[in-house]
Amino acid sequence: MRKIKESIYKWLFTITAFASLAFLVGIVIVLFKEGIPILKYIDFFPFIFGESWYPTYEPPDYGILPLIAASFWVTIGAMVICVPLGIGTALYLHELAGEKQRAVLKPTVELLAAIPSIVFGFFGMIIVAPFIQRLLNIPTGLCAFTASLVLGIMAIPAVSSIAEDALSFVPRSFKEASFALGANRWQTLTKVVIPAAGSGISTSIILGMSRIVGETMTVLMVSGGAAVIPKSFFSPVRPMTSTIAAEMGEAVMGSAHYNALFAIGLLLFLITLVINLIAEIISRKYRLKLGLNR
Amino acid sequence: MDIDIRPVRDGIKEASDGNAGRNESTARPNDRANQFRSAKNGAVSNGVNLARMHSQNVNFYYGKSRALSNVNMNIHENKVTAIIGPSGCGKSTFIRLLNRMNDLIANSRLDGKIFLDGKDINAPGVDVVDIRRRVGMVFQKPNPFPKTILENISYGLEINGRKDSGFIRHKVIESLEKAALWNEVKNRLNDNALGLSGGQQQRLCIARCLAVEPEVILFDEPCASLDPISTKKIEELILELKKEYTIVIVTHNMQQAARVSDYTAFMYLGQLVEFGQTEKVFTVPKQKQTEEYLSGKFG
Repeated sequence: MRKIKESIYKWLFTITAFASLAFLVGIVIVLFKEGIPILKYIDFFPFIFGESWYPTYEPPDYGILPLIAASFWVTIGAMVICVPLGIGTALYLHELAGEKQRAVLKPTVELLAAIPSIVFGFFGMIIVAPFIQRLLNIPTGLCAFTASLVLGIMAIPAVSSIAEDALSFVPRSFKEASFALGANRWQTLTKVVIPAAGSGISTSIILGMSRIVGETMTVLMVSGGAAVIPKSFFSPVRPMTSTIAAEMGEAVMGSAHYNALFAIGLLLFLITLVINLIAEIISRKYRLKLGLNR
Repeated sequence: MDIDIRPVRDGIKEASDGNAGRNESTARPNDRANQFRSAKNGAVSNGVNLARMHSQNVNFYYGKSRALSNVNMNIHENKVTAIIGPSGCGKSTFIRLLNRMNDLIANSRLDGKIFLDGKDINAPGVDVVDIRRRVGMVFQKPNPFPKTILENISYGLEINGRKDSGFIRHKVIESLEKAALWNEVKNRLNDNALGLSGGQQQRLCIARCLAVEPEVILFDEPCASLDPISTKKIEELILELKKEYTIVIVTHNMQQAARVSDYTAFMYLGQLVEFGQTEKVFTVPKQKQTEEYLSGKFG
């Protein structure tokens, strides 16, 4: 009887564990199946590097460079905001904060992560965009800059929590060794702790980036939506994610437009896959470096 | 001047032999004891404690629990002082007080004084960085930084403001030689220190400590995680180093204390039960507890 129970449990958990693998494979297959046919209508290079995205015109243009450029600029801008803030938060929480500050700050940062992205979008659209518009006196506040700002704030918890983990993985003994040699706190932090946590901190940056690249709802709401190559940081843009979200509803199933959107999805998937692989490689190296397992 | 002129008298009950030097020389005026006295190791002369370091009525608390009670101990110059005792007896706590490593522990409190060359190391105005530079420490588990062998040693010099690369190079070689590691690593100074074996790592930690020119070196169970051969090397090194440095070693291993030390302190439940020349503590212990511990009745 016990044996049967045991094997039921074993199978149950095996199935649940492999379910996510099945989902992943399924999604990838669909992405390829629906995305690749775009090559019937347009070649690979004109698709990636084409400068105009007019999928509903006659004849249509399926160049996604404006979308890639938009994603690129918004991501860079958001990184400029979330990396210093996220890592600064992690350093403060880990090294400087007393128990009281920690008790307040840590849950606060985590709560920031719990805010749904639609709420961030809302906040960006109603508060930030008009403010930026007035401040800089530009035609619309819905632009790459605003999107970067809001996304950057959104990604702070992702960066800070992973960076903080990395800092806490630095063995106490390193710090003790440094102090015992007569180093002060600042020297210990900059010359021992941060270098030792360096790869973990870069992982946090990369994963923050992957979060930003894939974020959809917020950018859809605040980036402005113009599918042209941005002339400045303050022009409206249409990143890859929001293009899919905005247009999938109206694209005719099986049409070239439909295939193009899937191809964009496939490209996004490949980008985040590469980003995550890099993060994984770095963090593995870092474990080796610290002499932790493996 | 902060010189402590009170003879160490308090706490004699617990630390029956707390001022070993004086008792030795009055009770047994043999040649060896006189030698110690003339070499300024007799600790108390004319009421002035001349030991390199000494603790005076030290009590230490982690929160509310008391880890050390009334410890009076002398650390003699150019000698190896071993602190032995069962786990939890306070020996590590005590050794970490000697370079103020316990400053880092929240909710801890020190009551009593610790002197280095007659000066209270916890007095206001004393720079903790200076104390830690003068009193170096080697830890239980080898803890080289995840940097190259070279950087591990130059680190201590750099944080103390030595930037001259020629000097650093010279110091790195000198420290590695003193730590008996030079021949093994001279061709791979730029390799990651974590690639060394445990014993080599520990000697690297010793070299790292030597590079900042300490006067006293504290060893907190330096061989606890090493194999017998590496242990032997470290012990030989300690005997070599005592010519130049004053050494304190905490050890679980009684035989190790017997092999390397000149003085032995036996601690139990936060108290210093017995202190004296190693030979005597091991052959004719004065306290019953010491004898029982040494003969393996508890611990």
